[in-house]
Amino acid sequence: RQDVLVLTPWLAPIVWEGTFNRDILNAQYLQKNLVTGVVTFAVEKYWFFIEGFMRSANKYFLAGHHVNFYLFTDSPEKISHLQMAPENHLFVIPVQNDPRWLDIPTSRMDIISSYIHSQFQYEVDYLYSVDIDVQLLADIGVEIIDALVATISSWQITSQLENSAHETHPESPAAIPEGQGDFQYTASFYGGSVSEVYKLTRACSEKLMEDRENGIEAWWHHESHLNKYLLHHRPTRLLSPEYYWDTEL
Amino acid sequence: RRQDVLTVTPWLAPIVWEGTFNPEILDSAYRPLNLTIGVTAFAVGKYTRFVRRFLESAEQHFMRGYRVNYYIFTDSPESIPRAQLRPGRRLLTVPVPKYSSWQEISMRRMETINRHVAAVSHGEVHYLFCLDVDMVFHNPWGPETLGDMVAAIHPGYFQVPREQFPYERRSSSAAFIPKGEGDFYYGGAVFGGLVKNVYEFTKTCHMTILADKANGVMAAWQEESHLNRHFLTHKPSKLLSPEYIWDDRKPKPPEIRLIRFSTVDKNYKEVRN
Repeated sequence: RQDVLVLTPWLAPIVWEGTFNRDILNAQYLQKNLVTGVVTFAVEKYWFFIEGFMRSANKYFLAGHHVNFYLFTDSPEKISHLQMAPENHLFVIPVQNDPRWLDIPTSRMDIISSYIHSQFQYEVDYLYSVDIDVQLLADIGVEIIDALVATISSWQITSQLENSAHETHPESPAAIPEGQGDFQYTASFYGGSVSEVYKLTRACSEKLMEDRENGIEAWWHHESHLNKYLLHHRPTRLLSPEYYWDTEL
Repeated sequence: RRQDVLTVTPWLAPIVWEGTFNPEILDSAYRPLNLTIGVTAFAVGKYTRFVRRFLESAEQHFMRGYRVNYYIFTDSPESIPRAQLRPGRRLLTVPVPKYSSWQEISMRRMETINRHVAAVSHGEVHYLFCLDVDMVFHNPWGPETLGDMVAAIHPGYFQVPREQFPYERRSSSAAFIPKGEGDFYYGGAVFGGLVKNVYEFTKTCHMTILADKANGVMAAWQEESHLNRHFLTHKPSKLLSPEYIWDDRKPKPPEIRLIRFSTVDKNYKEVRN
């Protein structure tokens, strides 16, 4: 691929169709006997997306490899019998529909980090957080497997000059001074090794808690903090916007 | 950014060329980690004459600002110059026996490095590079080279089709790579990575070298053949362009913008006896 940037200035590959050979990567993945997990949330009205997400993820997400899906939901009873691929497992984890959690995305980071600590670290090597209102349309394979992986927001591609998704409250820890951001990452699809994801979700949830205590609500919530974290802990691999496309654009 | 060369392998390992990276960003990521980088170099027989220039140029260009341990393996420790090093950098001489031939010396390197890692360097360094000593640094060699397992593309073969790679082609050798297979031809003069990976790598190479010895076979390019075999099945996580392993006898093509590490001109016959 000559038309796109395939390597960041810190030598992290940017994954686009045509930059990799999935057979070689599959062989490497199998060589190491790895297990990958996916964490997703279906709270309140979002239960509606469960079936579509699970159907497409079963078909396209690391197809042929052993994947654990961890589905956090406040309406476990609404889940009809989902047909899982034989190598995949679905774990339904009920969460309280607590009115204190007005801002579910804020708590997600906290939930993920504590579940990594108590459970996931023993069950998977790599973990990815994916928004439930996403339908996978094509194979997402082992090219995503690396220590710390973030997806370039399609937002970045359409508007290189605007920088408004970064926080404009200077007091919020998520405020990034002009000129220091390089890529804009989406919070809808990120992941990596269990230890890296733990560090990321811990750091972000702490900052989110700090914000809340100071009465600051960061616009775009956890995404601002994710970006600030990734500015100082650079991803080892980036996924191009092919891996997540906000259809609202 | 570079459009004239391949900068990512099909298994998504970066290939490091001038223009693909920002040294400041990398420094800002790596310096806080307080790493110690090890370097092994074999100065056996007449090769001790190369140590001074190797060290002096390394002091200028290799991992400036980082802690460095030079491990010079030699059969004549007294002929290793006492070089003046920058702060945070140490020179350690490791005695090795005198071997009968240069091929033997070359083939024993893997075993020697492996033993030394197990005994000493695993506890002293985070990353280890194994370099040929008859070479000189001309330009910066920094944290852009750090990775889990790092190999360098041989300067003589980076623009050559795969069928012409001088892999070991006899199936009787454990280093055998059949025609139609192979990604790159890697040079034996430069390899490295996390110290535990270098341990595993040198162990495996040593095993295959021993297997060949038992069968009375010596691979076409000694340990370089075995290195290439190993990197075919256990692909490096990062590749260094020939900037990092240049041969001064070659004319410089436009793709090579910067020569960082290259051979010292020498009379091979004279120096190997």
